[in-house]
Amino acid sequence: MTALLSVTDAHVAYGKVEAVRSVSLEVGTNEIVTIVGANGAGKTTLLSAIMGILPLKGRVAFAGQDLARLDIEDRVAMGLGLVPEHRELFVTMNVEDNLELGAFRIERSKAKASMERVYALFPRLKERRKQLAGTLSGGEQQMLAMGRALMGEPKLLMLDEPSLGLAPIIVADIFRIVTELRASGVSVLLVEQNAQAALKIADHAYVMELGEFVLSGKASDIAANERVAASYLGFQHEGESVI
Amino acid sequence: MNTTIMLFLVQDGITNGAIYALLGLALVLVFAVTRVILIPQGEFVTYGALTYASLAAGQMPGTAKLALALGIGAFAFDLFVARKALHARLVVRSLITNIVLPAIVLALTVYFASQKPPVAVCIALSLVIVAMIGLYLYRIAFQPLAHTSVLVLLIASVGVHLALQGLGLLFFGAEGQRGPAVLSGAFTAGALRFTGQSITVYAITIAFIVGLWLFFGLTLYGKALRATAVNRLGARLAGIRTTLSGQIAFLLASVIGALSGIMIVPITTLYYDSGFLIGLKGFVAAIIGGLVSYPLTAVAALVVGIVEAFSSFYASNYKEVIVFMLLIPVLLLRSLAAPAVEEEKD
Repeated sequence: MTALLSVTDAHVAYGKVEAVRSVSLEVGTNEIVTIVGANGAGKTTLLSAIMGILPLKGRVAFAGQDLARLDIEDRVAMGLGLVPEHRELFVTMNVEDNLELGAFRIERSKAKASMERVYALFPRLKERRKQLAGTLSGGEQQMLAMGRALMGEPKLLMLDEPSLGLAPIIVADIFRIVTELRASGVSVLLVEQNAQAALKIADHAYVMELGEFVLSGKASDIAANERVAASYLGFQHEGESVI
Repeated sequence: MNTTIMLFLVQDGITNGAIYALLGLALVLVFAVTRVILIPQGEFVTYGALTYASLAAGQMPGTAKLALALGIGAFAFDLFVARKALHARLVVRSLITNIVLPAIVLALTVYFASQKPPVAVCIALSLVIVAMIGLYLYRIAFQPLAHTSVLVLLIASVGVHLALQGLGLLFFGAEGQRGPAVLSGAFTAGALRFTGQSITVYAITIAFIVGLWLFFGLTLYGKALRATAVNRLGARLAGIRTTLSGQIAFLLASVIGALSGIMIVPITTLYYDSGFLIGLKGFVAAIIGGLVSYPLTAVAALVVGIVEAFSSFYASNYKEVIVFMLLIPVLLLRSLAAPAVEEEKD
């Protein structure tokens, strides 16, 4: 079976500085894949480049098609969605308008059903549907950003630090919803600093350091890896040295 | 001062202010969506007005040919950009919007120009011609620069303004023209006399503002335009093409410009270069609105119109100076009120 998203030997540079070096990754259908790593490892840069926001050297294929010549908007229409770290909501517009615009590339007749699905997933958004996006709390804004991306009926949703700056109870909620997405047939590529939570729900994981993948494997194996445990999970196994 | 004169000046000011309001709104719209400060807005006004006046006088306006020429340019740009992945569908669509459409309009213009068409036909043709010019200009001059800074876009904008003004002289000559009134007749209410033309100006301005309000508030494309203005990256991530939003904004701006011109040309004689000053007054209103606020821009436009009317009565030599001086206190206040200089992000 071919992967839904496959990135081969990707390089992303800001001018002369290479922020991502020779990275390859795959996301299959119905799979949650996570990229964990410290701040500045290049995770956000990689997601932006896959989405087409930054130029990428290497090969990115989605659903069997090479993305090289496609704009962000075409990638969205193909079923690739990104919820960026800063959410990029339409802050002066209400929740419902934000969601409606998420379905810009979807047939009008389907958009209505899409919105009901998003409201079922995030009942909070339904309560606030006439409220301006800029006046929502951080957690609600994250939900709205995810909801807006889901309105476009993505096959693969890329989430960039969805838990950043949110209360633990809301983080738990968001991670629960990510697993629900997988159950409903949406694959997820999750970038997280909260490695512990991410590894718990993911099927497959990559560990990124200074622009390169240093480890990859089944999420449960990665979670059990001593080095990962020491660097990212915030604890050390008793009596073992780090690296 | 005499009340009758005062009322008359206010009325005159409101008529002009209504036009400035439309132009100001178009400027705010284009800037919000594309970051282009649309200096050629004034040329859309003169092109609309003089195309209308020429057609009504039974002359062939050169703008129809310009539309076709620009369309061919836009088609060439489309082909060049898509050269590595040419789809038949893309080529056909580009061919229809950029070449077939202006060719048909040109043919219609040639046909009608020879036989002094009715006012409605003149208006429709003028609007379509200027709308196409606006659309193709965006494709040729601004879309390729969409990712650059506001300054680069402004320089392109000045260039387009100069080019269009020169072409205006070529098409319409140095003589001023007047067009026939859209609505003739007049009635008096007390001391005031309302001409059919001024009523038309009020009605069209109000209709356009209500129409824009409905468009932005209720339709998906209107919302998409607002979304692009609020957050360009967010809009792209929702699948909204920046170029589509830019095209709609330019289309609206050129139609608004042409319509304003058609409304003024029966009242005032317009020359090939009159549009610049008219557009600039819309710009003053837009600046007072901070280039973001639509309601503030509309109100400011009325103030500009009234100030202009009064200053042309009391100090007609200084009328333009007084109007543009309005900017200075506003800019001073704005710079004092602004907490710090915001660096441009993009």
